[in-house]
Amino acid sequence: MYTILEKQVLSDVTKLMVVEAPHVARKAQPGQFVIVICDAQGERVPLTIADYDRQAGTITLIFQEVGKSTLQMGTMLPGQSFYSVAGPLGHPTEIENYGTVACVAGGVGIAPVFPIARSLKEAGNHVISIIGARNKSLLFWEDRMRAVSDELVVCTDDGSYGRKALVTEPLKELLTERVGQIAKVWAIGPTIMMKFVASTTQPFNVATIVSLNTIMIDGTGMCGGCRVAMTDGAKFVCVDGPEFDGHKVDWSNLLSRVQFYRDEEQAAVRHWDEQRESAAHVCNLEGVPAAGGPA
Amino acid sequence: MTPLTQKERMAISRQGMPVQAPEVRAGNFEEVALGFTPELAQLESERCLQCAKPRCVDGCPVGVQIPQFIKALRDGDLPGSVQAMKAKNNLPAICGRVCPQESQCEAACVLGKKGQPVAIGRLERYVGDFELLEHTCPPVAAPSSGRKVAVVGSGPAGLTCAVDLALLGHKVTIFESLHVPGGVLVYGIPEFRLPKSIIHDEIRVAADCLGIEVRTDHVIGNTYTLDELLDEYDAVFLGTGAGLPSFMRIPGINLNGVMSANEFLTRVNLMKGYRFPEYDTPVKVGKRVAVIGAGNVAMDAARSSLRLQTLHSLHSHDNGSSPSEAHIVYRRSRDEVPAREEEFHHAVEEGVICDFLTNPVAILGDENGRVRAMRCIRMQLGEPDASGRRSPIPIEGSEFEMPVDTVVMALGTSPNPIVFNNAVGLERTKHGTTVADPDTGRTTKPGVWAGGDVVTGAATVISAMGAGKRAAADMHRFLSDDSLWNIG
Repeated sequence: MYTILEKQVLSDVTKLMVVEAPHVARKAQPGQFVIVICDAQGERVPLTIADYDRQAGTITLIFQEVGKSTLQMGTMLPGQSFYSVAGPLGHPTEIENYGTVACVAGGVGIAPVFPIARSLKEAGNHVISIIGARNKSLLFWEDRMRAVSDELVVCTDDGSYGRKALVTEPLKELLTERVGQIAKVWAIGPTIMMKFVASTTQPFNVATIVSLNTIMIDGTGMCGGCRVAMTDGAKFVCVDGPEFDGHKVDWSNLLSRVQFYRDEEQAAVRHWDEQRESAAHVCNLEGVPAAGGPA
Repeated sequence: MTPLTQKERMAISRQGMPVQAPEVRAGNFEEVALGFTPELAQLESERCLQCAKPRCVDGCPVGVQIPQFIKALRDGDLPGSVQAMKAKNNLPAICGRVCPQESQCEAACVLGKKGQPVAIGRLERYVGDFELLEHTCPPVAAPSSGRKVAVVGSGPAGLTCAVDLALLGHKVTIFESLHVPGGVLVYGIPEFRLPKSIIHDEIRVAADCLGIEVRTDHVIGNTYTLDELLDEYDAVFLGTGAGLPSFMRIPGINLNGVMSANEFLTRVNLMKGYRFPEYDTPVKVGKRVAVIGAGNVAMDAARSSLRLQTLHSLHSHDNGSSPSEAHIVYRRSRDEVPAREEEFHHAVEEGVICDFLTNPVAILGDENGRVRAMRCIRMQLGEPDASGRRSPIPIEGSEFEMPVDTVVMALGTSPNPIVFNNAVGLERTKHGTTVADPDTGRTTKPGVWAGGDVVTGAATVISAMGAGKRAAADMHRFLSDDSLWNIG
């Protein structure tokens, strides 16, 4: 079960995997997520469902290697299996014909934005997408995003591809040039990016949905570790979200909460590196490089 | 050996359970209570008077044949003892450890009137542990009934219901949202009270022998709705427990370092955070922990904190700084502590500090958003409230600051709402619990039964098992009523 059927390297640190998970694929909808565990010692990692195929019983996961678990996932190969895939979790995106909408994605956030943009397009919206990353090598799925968008802006922080800008810049221009036309904005990416998208849209009074990625254990409402302070009280990202009104989020509280386990996350990466080094000395067959793997 | 006279039996004193010494166990996660030796079990079993009308059986929520299992035990017939036990209880190694016997079977024991009751729980554990090693009495399912049942949740209620229905010949599938079965037994109760291997073995034996299928990673309500289960199964049992944590409504609740007991215990127990980084999930506990509440969960959290603090100090080199502390902060007094006496006693023995008649009014953070202190107020006890306990009243002007870096909220839990997504026709109370007949477990939705914490709110393992058992009996009546089914 939970066998990896396909693996693509989207960038040095971004991997795509198509995983056998029929129980999730049959119900998955845009905006929802799964909890993945690599092995019996693994932690529960929430990952947004980037795509799904109900017939084939598969889901597509895209992750960036930022911690021990995602580094480990990145070393896994087609034919290998995850220990656990639970879901689908969280509320789906509320898709309807709003008119003209903007989908803003930063880095690995392009993955969860794609099915949302596709559904919005299918529902009849005029979809304007803005995708961005730190540099060219971190961008992916430009073609897929273009296929589901009426307009697409691509930017990089360093100008190595597309326009040299943060995603908030073209967004602000859009809101300024087409006053009253943009009905709703979705923004998914690093917490700091979503914060600035929300503060960009607020003066224009344009509803802005963000998909929050917090520390989470069970993903079913049991631990409360994912709670986030909102202007209308604390909410659980796993069962009340993961999408929220970006104008109601207490961003400074959220930014401090997602950092809480940073020391431990770094210690886990060190432990993982040490383990792989000692394993490489013992057995060459195990020596698959951490950031590598077949395309 | 000639049997003892009643007088001789009564002269034997209640045998104590060997335990790890407090100063040793406060630094490890191994089981505190070590179990009876064969000699101690023999001696203790001799104390039972084999009453003609045994009251202990009435005190047991599942009606274990206590005199019979004890009689077989003292006659040296352990397989017979297991058989007597398993007629009513298929999870004795678990119940022997976590049942509140002092308020159930042992409270009813006639020996307790003038002296100490028979240590029924310790004997039950002894018999259960023997069976886990020896497998003398594997459960055998009745011939197939052709009926299919879905059990949602694999905690004590679901497990008991599943086993009873499978014994009666029904095909049972258990759906569990987490990656391992056991529910609160694996995420809530710490290793040092109930080793995970015991739960794992009890479930594996029952599932293997009875052909019960356990599907983990299935979040009912999302993965399948209740109606989708009813399309595929002849009946559904909901034993989804009370998994949703409560937080106090005071300022500072979202600071870093404040967590629910559920989060803390799940990190420690289910995810084995105490073995980080060998296991991936970390658990962060500071040098001054305050656990709010004084129930069993609070004791588990405080005792786990002590152990983590000890492990942490062994691994770090800050010998010179102040010693670590784990506090229980409770708004009522010692007399109202809702935890089992034994758990409270163990906690205090291990060094947990109790702050009674104390209630937090705010949690205070530093410039980085981390907890640095709690502002508390002293309480006094007034008139009894609805629960029958004297209600705590704040003493004006008694506020003070308590320096802490970790706050664990152990204030109770309510049912998890996910399972009720699109559950048309299933009535719930305003507390979120499911309405169900206490005798049969029948809900307001045809084909759906419920039992355990999802009906009662947070209660005990054995009361959930009792509810699972009663529901199984009623479900069996329903499933066996041929007039309801098109046969052939």
